Amino acid sequence: MGDSQYSFSLTTFSPSGKLVQIEYALMAVGAGQTSLGIKASNGVVIATEKKLPSILVDEASINKIQSLTPNIGVVYSGMGPDSRVLVRKSRKQAQTYQRLYQEPIPLSQLVRETAAVMQEFTQSGGVRPFGVSLLVAGFDDNGPQLYQVDPSGSYFSWKASAIGKNVSNAKTFLEKRYTDDMELEDAIHTAILTLKEGFEGQISGKNIEIGIIDDKRIFKVLTPAEVDDYLAEVE
Amino acid sequence: MSITSYNGSALIAMVGKDCFAIASDRRLGVNFQTIACDFQRIFKIHDTLYIGLSGLATDVQTMHQRLQFRHKLYQLREERNMRPETFASLVSAILYEKRFGPYFCEPIIAGLNEDGTPFICTTDLIGAKQLSKDFVVSGTASESLYGACESMYKPDLGPDELFEVISQALLSSVDRDCISGWGGIVHVV
Repeated sequence: MGDSQYSFSLTTFSPSGKLVQIEYALMAVGAGQTSLGIKASNGVVIATEKKLPSILVDEASINKIQSLTPNIGVVYSGMGPDSRVLVRKSRKQAQTYQRLYQEPIPLSQLVRETAAVMQEFTQSGGVRPFGVSLLVAGFDDNGPQLYQVDPSGSYFSWKASAIGKNVSNAKTFLEKRYTDDMELEDAIHTAILTLKEGFEGQISGKNIEIGIIDDKRIFKVLTPAEVDDYLAEVE
Repeated sequence: MSITSYNGSALIAMVGKDCFAIASDRRLGVNFQTIACDFQRIFKIHDTLYIGLSGLATDVQTMHQRLQFRHKLYQLREERNMRPETFASLVSAILYEKRFGPYFCEPIIAGLNEDGTPFICTTDLIGAKQLSKDFVVSGTASESLYGACESMYKPDLGPDELFEVISQALLSSVDRDCISGWGGIVHVV
């Protein structure tokens, strides 16, 4: 990772001023399974489709939503292995901060550092950009926050956002449904409804994953049984 | 002569009612010769956070520069001031980095938390933090400083009384130590 023998970057400008590799990376993200996040007044919810390539795959072993610290969670759209590298690096950055200052890293700082890593891979020698966009959700002293980080390394704070396939429909749906005073429970229902919009097949606790963080500041991934309960409420 | 008593120093920090005071002597010496009576040992990190550094004068200055650098970067990145406990952890980490070739200084950190409660702590030269509820001392005169503080300190003093107590404790202790003294400075916040 970055210790290659190439001294020149593989990501170079096109005549129109675009970095084509980043555009392609965004296309890889756009071909990935839909993920979304919604920030409520008292928490954040992130959710993703978990479509498995075959019924023989053990779905309990697949965790698309992971925690970076006890109060920060992340979901991705795009290439799973790339996201695992980023999760690993982010966790280390969070722990380094914790070790230095003996206090948990603020979400905006962790997002900034992760985005910096993603940017490095668009400029360093012999590497390619990450093929994932991340939705990072957390609750710290500045309240609940949701950030999106792109392969280019740019990051944005969102009230609600979607990434991956079907993004425009999902975002239109979210724009209609989002209210500033939404509570976490409403947000979870809205997240499920948004996923349902573009879902092919029968939605259940086994083929979606939901992660929530409330004002107790502990990020947790819901079990399939809990997801089924919310699905039943939405019906 | 021991390296920590080459320049001479005396420092105290005390907790009052919603306030703190930090005081130091002003002497800078080279062994037994006094060469300055206005040496600064207490530095402001931000409005409600001060650090006092005792020990070898060059390390006092370098530590201050390094800590100011780190705090300024923190302020720019996080768009807020560092809390006193966070700063104390940072000081401890920076000192421990040099575990096997340490800075010969023993800092005292004093500040007000966001809710207005005072915070003081000291560390040894390799970063072992020591929190305290009443007072902390550091420097070549530390033994007599401990004695003076122990007998003169009372909890929940207001800013004016705290100033009197900390000044008396400092002055009486440095008089018993030949390499510290030559004036004093007190900051009350």
